[in-house]
Amino acid sequence: MKYETVIGLEVHAQLLTNSKIFCGCSAKFGNPPNSQTCPVCMGYPGVLPVLNEKVLEYAIKASLATNCHINEESRFARKNYFYPDLPKSYQISQYEAPLAEKGFIEITVNEERKKIEITRIHLEEDAGKLVHTEGYVTSNKSFADFNRTGVPLIEIVSEPDLRSSQEAREYVRKLRTILQYLEVCDGNMEEGSLRCDANISLRPVGSKILGTKTELKNLNSFRFIQKALEYEINRQCMVLEAGEKVIQETRLWDPDQNRTFSMRTKEEAHDYRYFPDPDLVPFSIESEMIHQIKAGLPELPEIKIERFIREYEIPRYDAEILASSRELADYFEACAGFSSHYKMIGNWIMGELIRELRNHNRTVANCPVTPEILMGLLKMIDEGIISGKIAKYVFEEMFKTGKSAEQIVKEKNLIQISDQKELEEIIDKIVAENPKVIEDVLSGKKKAMGFLVGKVMKATSGKANPGIVNQILKKKL
Amino acid sequence: MQKLKKKLYQLSITEISELIKKNQVSSVDIVNSVLNRIEEVDSSIHGYITVDKERALERAQEIDRLIVKLSPDERPPLIGVPIAVKDNICTKGLKTTCASRSLGEFIPPYNATVIQKLLDQGAVIIGKTNLDEFAMGSSTETSCFGPSRNPWNTDYTPGGSSGGSASVIAADEAICAVGSDTGGSIRQPASFCGVVGLKPTYGRVSRFGLVAFASSLDQIGPLTKNVTDCALLLQAISGHDVKDSTSFNIQVPDYRGYLLNDLKGLKIGVPHEYFGEGLDEGVEEKVQQSLSFFQNLGAEIEKVNLPHTEYAVATYYILATAEASSNLARYDGVRYGFREEEFNDLIDMYEKSKQKGFGAEVKRRIMLGTYVLSSGYYDAYYLKAQKVRTLIKKDFEKAFQKIDILLTPTTPIPAFKIGEKINDPLQMYLLDIFTISANLAGIPAISIPCGFSGKGLPIGLQLLADHFQEEKILQAAYAFEQNFDIQKDRPPLNRSENH
Repeated sequence: MKYETVIGLEVHAQLLTNSKIFCGCSAKFGNPPNSQTCPVCMGYPGVLPVLNEKVLEYAIKASLATNCHINEESRFARKNYFYPDLPKSYQISQYEAPLAEKGFIEITVNEERKKIEITRIHLEEDAGKLVHTEGYVTSNKSFADFNRTGVPLIEIVSEPDLRSSQEAREYVRKLRTILQYLEVCDGNMEEGSLRCDANISLRPVGSKILGTKTELKNLNSFRFIQKALEYEINRQCMVLEAGEKVIQETRLWDPDQNRTFSMRTKEEAHDYRYFPDPDLVPFSIESEMIHQIKAGLPELPEIKIERFIREYEIPRYDAEILASSRELADYFEACAGFSSHYKMIGNWIMGELIRELRNHNRTVANCPVTPEILMGLLKMIDEGIISGKIAKYVFEEMFKTGKSAEQIVKEKNLIQISDQKELEEIIDKIVAENPKVIEDVLSGKKKAMGFLVGKVMKATSGKANPGIVNQILKKKL
Repeated sequence: MQKLKKKLYQLSITEISELIKKNQVSSVDIVNSVLNRIEEVDSSIHGYITVDKERALERAQEIDRLIVKLSPDERPPLIGVPIAVKDNICTKGLKTTCASRSLGEFIPPYNATVIQKLLDQGAVIIGKTNLDEFAMGSSTETSCFGPSRNPWNTDYTPGGSSGGSASVIAADEAICAVGSDTGGSIRQPASFCGVVGLKPTYGRVSRFGLVAFASSLDQIGPLTKNVTDCALLLQAISGHDVKDSTSFNIQVPDYRGYLLNDLKGLKIGVPHEYFGEGLDEGVEEKVQQSLSFFQNLGAEIEKVNLPHTEYAVATYYILATAEASSNLARYDGVRYGFREEEFNDLIDMYEKSKQKGFGAEVKRRIMLGTYVLSSGYYDAYYLKAQKVRTLIKKDFEKAFQKIDILLTPTTPIPAFKIGEKINDPLQMYLLDIFTISANLAGIPAISIPCGFSGKGLPIGLQLLADHFQEEKILQAAYAFEQNFDIQKDRPPLNRSENH
């Protein structure tokens, strides 16, 4: 039987506020364990939570950017369960009356555009972290680090609109780009600032009824999202093909073994006993605040891509890559301010720049080659001072040293030889030395011509202007 | 120094304040007097869990040095005044137990906002008073330290849960006290001990630092020797607090300005639902008598209906236990109090620690609360109770359109004997029948003494007003107190047999 995959995702995004959601503790990542705690986030007897206004602002930004409707009145709920990383034994989250509902984002997979609906976005506090394997854990004990306790999260829940692991991956990528554009989440999946759980089920193609789902946890990279879902699709398919039933359960992705395994079944599922948190009064969001935040939103990736295509007449493929981050897009536009060779600028950014950034493990923000420096290089190509080939070498040097193209070309004596006389002398010498090749050229072998050009380039250390060399050769032969 | 008729420990806030203004007494004198009194009588009352003797004296010395720097008019009414604090209100550096093994020797690294306010106004914390475990109970009998005793007859309970705070006021072991009231826990013991106790409007006083029992119902309030002291203490602890999102940001009136000996035109509603079956005859008689007193003072009496009163107890025991089950989940043996040392795994440790850390009543309420929130039962219990709560609120809203304040008995019976009801939780719960509605509706209510039972035990009457109208019940209570002198003897502090 042929099956259709049905996937819905729950994405948790840590908000980039300075302080935690309900207390004044720093929300920074990576500091020594338990150095960022206070009686409030530790749930000491008698303390009370107070909502950080910045959290609300960031969450509203994310909601608006994903086309969600902001609920007029929203409230917090307690999710009750016992775990050593949860000092109050309940997590402050939202249940009924979440912050926002009924949104969507659009994704493109295999050149097909698709709308993925977002069920809801709600606010919650993060739990702490249990440490089992770090260097300072010497015995068979586990340790609890509460620095993360109370760090603000939004949970973005999608409708079961995704039909493949690829779509799921693309959805998360898109969501991440939006959150990064908004500067509300850094999107770092390794550090856990973006986390993803998936609900996945199969059903016979054509069926409208949802099959039994499993929930996958621990999908903390794009690769794992795709691999775990592929594994699970395969597993469920085999279960169904064998005439058995999929068990509703939570499964954990094990990246070492490349498989999912059962964590708990439906019967073992927690009863979280959600109820409205009496310590936090329902909060209403005034439409004026929404308008203000809306007006302050940056240009979002979708719109930027369309504008790049229109304004710079570059292919959609290029526009999508250039707009994949706000920094890169800004870099491109800064370059475009110097010259109208937009396609060429794009090529250099997508090719050399991105490659060198990756090789040197740098970001656009700390790239030594500024738009101005890059455009200096492109200008030299444009004016025929250096060849494209030499330019690539110059770019690498620029990246290493931060020097301008002009300086490097001068220092390394890389100016293109376009002088007719000088080139003619070199070519005459090569023609005289290679009579056999000349014969081949004359008998119409195209490769032979290339061989000659190569010889000229070699003789000039690549500095000969290839156009002029071709011209002279044709004339001579 | 002028010769005083009373001992220092017998004085009210108002009297102390006058003496301090005239430099006739020092804080150290008063604190010493109160500490001696505690030493003398608390073994028979057991009102205190902790007496903070040394620090109270140090603090009093510090206050005395401060007093001389201030002109008489700059001295706040509470300056130098010893105050007792219910042991579920966090005091920085001073053990806060909630009378529970599960909290044990917890020493808060912070002050409750109320405590900070009291300290800022020069009060001296004398000690922490006994209560039912986590304020769950009506007699202090669920305290892991054992019950407090009623100063009017030590065979009897002082009521609860703020029984320690009420009994130390009645026994002159503190000048004033703060307690907490979730379903009547200030008013019922005030009534049993013949003192004044007020539960403020929900949101009038910050809950920050009050160890939560039922967060949507809890409120800290004063227990005092008279109505004027009550107004002063309420004034001192009221107001918006940025640390408590449920506290209201509205102006606190000058309560003392409302203490007038005149009730002309005041409309007092009497809900007939509070005068039915189960009401002790003696209590009914005294409350009816007090009604004519109010009439004589110029008030108009009107009958009103609060039709959903009969559902209050059931509603309360669903909502309060639901919230409690969540609030108390953190006492798992890891960070505070008792931890079972022998266990198989984490869950086993949690379970065994809680089994032994909590007393029977607390466990009963945690189980009830867990049940009503469980999936499949939530709608039938919790959600329905929330709806009934709204109906109860509306009853009051409607009543307060016609009248200014309501008058009811505080409790259906006077104090009962220790041990008499502890094994019958339902009967114990029903004792809260007249006090619970104010918590559900979030409105202020005061209990003031209005006479004694045949056995010589105090009887209280309750006055209730609309949200943030504490001044109305204070005014009525004050006028009543001025004209209705019930102050016979001071409590004997012993058993009736020896009386």
